[in-house]
Amino acid sequence: MFGSILRRILIFAITIFVASLVIFLLLDILPGDPARFILGINADIEAVAALREQMGLNLPIWERFWHWFFGLLRADLGISVTQNVPVAELIGERLFVSLPLAFFALILAIIIGIPIGIIAAQNRAKFIDSFLMILAQIGIAIPNFWFGMLLVLLFSVKLSLLPTGDFISWNEDFAAALRSLILPSIALALPQAAILARIMRTSLVDISNADFIRTARAKGLTKKQAIWRHGVRNAILPIMTILGLQFAFLIAGTVIVENVFYLPGLGKLIFIAISERDLILVRGAIIILILIVSFIMMLVDIAYQLIDPRLRLRG
Amino acid sequence: MGKLKRENLFKTAWFHPSFRIGFLGSFFFIILAIISIFWTPYNIEELNIANRFAPASFNHLLGTDFFGRDMVSMLMKGALTSFIVAVLAVVIGMIIGVPFGLIAASYGGIIDNILSKTNDFLFAFPAIISAIIITAIFGPGAINAMIAIGIFNIAVFARVARGGALSIKMLQFIDAAKLSGMGELKIAFKHILPNIFSLLIVQASVQLSLGILAEAGLSYIGFGTQPPQTSLGLMLKEAQSFFLIHPTLAILPGLTIVLIVIFINIAGDGLRDVLDPRLAKEETLDAAG
Amino acid sequence: MFSLVFGKFFLLFRNLILSISVIFLLFTASALAQQSEIKLGMVLEPPHLDPTAGAAAAIDEITYLNIFEGLTKIDANGAVLPSLATSWEISDDNLTYIFKLKEGVKFHDGSKFDAEDVVFTFERAMAEDSVNAQKGIFSIIEEVRAIDDMSVAITLKNPSGDFLFNIGRGDAVIVAKESADNNKVNPIGTGPFKFVRWDRGSRVILEAYENYKGDAVSLKRAEFVFISDPNTAISAMLAGDLDGFPMFPAPESLEIFANDDRFKVVVGTTEGETILATNNKRAPFNDIRVRQAIAHAIDRKAIIDGAMFGYGTPIGSHFAPHHPYYVDKVDIYPFDLEKARQLLAEAGYPNGFKATIKLPPPSYARRGGQIIASQLREIGIELELINVEWAQWLDEVFSKKDYDLTIVSHVEPFDIGIYANPDYYFQFDNEDFQALMQQLNRTTNDDARRALAIYAQDFLARHAVNGYLFQLAKTGVWRANIEGMWANAPVEGNDLSTIRFVD
Repeated sequence: MFGSILRRILIFAITIFVASLVIFLLLDILPGDPARFILGINADIEAVAALREQMGLNLPIWERFWHWFFGLLRADLGISVTQNVPVAELIGERLFVSLPLAFFALILAIIIGIPIGIIAAQNRAKFIDSFLMILAQIGIAIPNFWFGMLLVLLFSVKLSLLPTGDFISWNEDFAAALRSLILPSIALALPQAAILARIMRTSLVDISNADFIRTARAKGLTKKQAIWRHGVRNAILPIMTILGLQFAFLIAGTVIVENVFYLPGLGKLIFIAISERDLILVRGAIIILILIVSFIMMLVDIAYQLIDPRLRLRG
Repeated sequence: MGKLKRENLFKTAWFHPSFRIGFLGSFFFIILAIISIFWTPYNIEELNIANRFAPASFNHLLGTDFFGRDMVSMLMKGALTSFIVAVLAVVIGMIIGVPFGLIAASYGGIIDNILSKTNDFLFAFPAIISAIIITAIFGPGAINAMIAIGIFNIAVFARVARGGALSIKMLQFIDAAKLSGMGELKIAFKHILPNIFSLLIVQASVQLSLGILAEAGLSYIGFGTQPPQTSLGLMLKEAQSFFLIHPTLAILPGLTIVLIVIFINIAGDGLRDVLDPRLAKEETLDAAG
Repeated sequence: MFSLVFGKFFLLFRNLILSISVIFLLFTASALAQQSEIKLGMVLEPPHLDPTAGAAAAIDEITYLNIFEGLTKIDANGAVLPSLATSWEISDDNLTYIFKLKEGVKFHDGSKFDAEDVVFTFERAMAEDSVNAQKGIFSIIEEVRAIDDMSVAITLKNPSGDFLFNIGRGDAVIVAKESADNNKVNPIGTGPFKFVRWDRGSRVILEAYENYKGDAVSLKRAEFVFISDPNTAISAMLAGDLDGFPMFPAPESLEIFANDDRFKVVVGTTEGETILATNNKRAPFNDIRVRQAIAHAIDRKAIIDGAMFGYGTPIGSHFAPHHPYYVDKVDIYPFDLEKARQLLAEAGYPNGFKATIKLPPPSYARRGGQIIASQLREIGIELELINVEWAQWLDEVFSKKDYDLTIVSHVEPFDIGIYANPDYYFQFDNEDFQALMQQLNRTTNDDARRALAIYAQDFLARHAVNGYLFQLAKTGVWRANIEGMWANAPVEGNDLSTIRFVD
């Protein structure tokens, strides 16, 4: 078992290496001289040349890649061209917004999606089932950024209950920071909750045809009880894998939602870095995004192996 | 799996109510979009500022927008762009992803291993991440959004094709073909591909609706369609700041997106039910843009 | 029926959320903003906070007159007032200025302000390796000399009519030798507010400086919050998350605020001449008839209505309508499609031509560009719209001059002199105009300056160097009980010292 976990970690490491290489090469072919961007349009040629030397831009591309990659391993991603601050520091600050946002959204998706799926499965083919599944269809179909805007109009503008974003750092005002993440995480969670509900329902319906549920029912349990006691537990495993994948998508989804609300997260950072052509920052932010996503995928795989004995044998 | 023949698929599915509703609904929007290639009630490139925010009337069935453009024409053109982006992203995904999956399934071993790992890697790239990289390099645009969504679709189709192919490989007629001396690749494309075709169609419907949502999300943050072109997502973005004064400008494209996605999804659900009820659990996740 | 059910559901929901919010409120110390704290919205986040080392307007919007002060200052109406210099004398030849400095002023780090700081500031800006964005202000200075601790003499190379105005701008604020290098991240000035914190991507926080030598200020604390998205700006204002938005980015929604008692909408002027900038060296725009044709084909009213929702004043030349020297040149090339087609035909383009237009992010450019493209199509000019970000615009358009047309607002005050620079991105190379500007710069007599400025406006309008569209309005929205906010923007800045809440 340790062997398969080690192998999974190795794959993660290779993924990150390959991703770094691809991103470095892709962003390196871009036209434009970072040194000139830093110094501005009126800088004279000698100053640009001096800065190029200082930034190591005259080195061959492979050396620059190694330099950057080993920097990444030491959490050193260079200095932002436009903000003059270490990229790692900028990203670090932003993760305190994006990661909690994605995490809350995941929690919300679970506490909304899974009960709805269970209720629908217990009442299969009844009115409540169809009603909930129609809701789920709508939940999947509403673009989450638009849903976010509608939430803002209702809860912030009309009812003045929650802020429109306005994130204040955690140590400044914890409750306010939490409040400012409520609406964005609902917006982010909605489609994922709808998907979870559908998956939960389908796996329960599937399981309810399985032998052990029939046995349970033969023992005198009602259909609802049987699904609740035996079905749900068995449906958790497939849900787990999906949750891991969903968290990855939620992280990516923050890029859009942070732009609907004014949240200083990683997504907003990337957005501004692109519009200001701060490629050192773009590069760093993308690799961190990929790192997080791949890391979660790895954790899910490992957790799956630990939980599922069949996989353990195979691994 | 996939016991139904291709020709019969549509006919059988037609008797499934949710397929019929979904199909007719999406067909309606697709037809509107296709018509807009040749004709729209008004030319949306001609702005008429004096006639902006016109209410619905006989001349403008759904009124006009903030530039005085006819909303019906805008929705038709917008739907066209959204469909083109989503459909071509599916095509990209299929053309590259399906052979990927088939080859991995046919050869197995180290080739399968490498291809599957590459695929897992691609799977870690939700469309938004690819879109960020592409936008950083080439700038924003509908085509770039399409490629970004397409890259994610490659991973999805490769996975579906590989899974489908592996389960069919066990069947007897494949062994028969092998005995007759056919090569792995030939078997894959001649015997396996036709049998996983319906599986791929179902997946295509899922990716199509996700593509429409992803295009909208990318356009919203400015990584997608750029004016003077329009798409449903861009219309929604541009109209949102008028929402409190002229809500219909945002509600119309928003509702169109929601309807198209729902129609495609229920058509896909119906198709899936017809093909094999057990398939229904193969849900695919939202790319969320 | 439906609305009834919905209404009930709505109430239920509201109560639920209210009770949740109450729980949260228990933990929040001060959920309601006190009347001495203000939160203002800004569209762009500054790259850093040193106004003497960058051109970004956002730097001045936070720091100017708040953190930093100059020898003089510009007030809400563009008048020059004393600031760190309490008085000055000008020699008869208009070349030497002697400034008396304000006594007892301390920088926010406690160090004393004196003549040495003034000399340091100016010499730093005049230096060869200076990164000041307005080097032109300092290039005419011959020498800066401390007469004693509290007086400074500045000698100019030649007389300048707007020297006192220029040294009142953000680019000429006084910095201390000890802290100057750090001002980008930790600005230390002499102003009524000191820097507290910068939450990157979110806000800059200032608070009143207890040792400020000057008129007492009413605000204790101020936050500048960065919101680039117009939708979000609208919601944040309506939800009460902000107290004001001095340069509101969504003119389309101003009627909502105008009809809401909680807010007031104040429409003022800016120095922003919004123009269809034209590459005068590139064919076919190097032909004056083509530029004249474009000028005739532009319907300014449709652009102002369509892009700015009526906010903005049409201009016919590169000059601000509220300036005392302004003359109306809008009618030199009135909207006349027939005339435009004819001029285009004379220039050899009877069927028009294709060109590109690069559009930076503000809505005046993005929306305006679509409208202009639609207008020029009427005379056969097909424009391809290319949306660019600011960095790209600066690189491609401003420095590489790789463009046909672009739309941009020129926000520097009295910046007609840019047309005398043949390397400026318009690439307008005209010796007569260059001579005219040299003459204007040397002239200090007001009547003579006025005559020259009027001649220059007419000259630019007739040569149709650029398409002159409109003067950008300053559309501000803030709470109805706020007084003392700048209605106009003679320079970029938000003077917090005059702002107060009234009941």
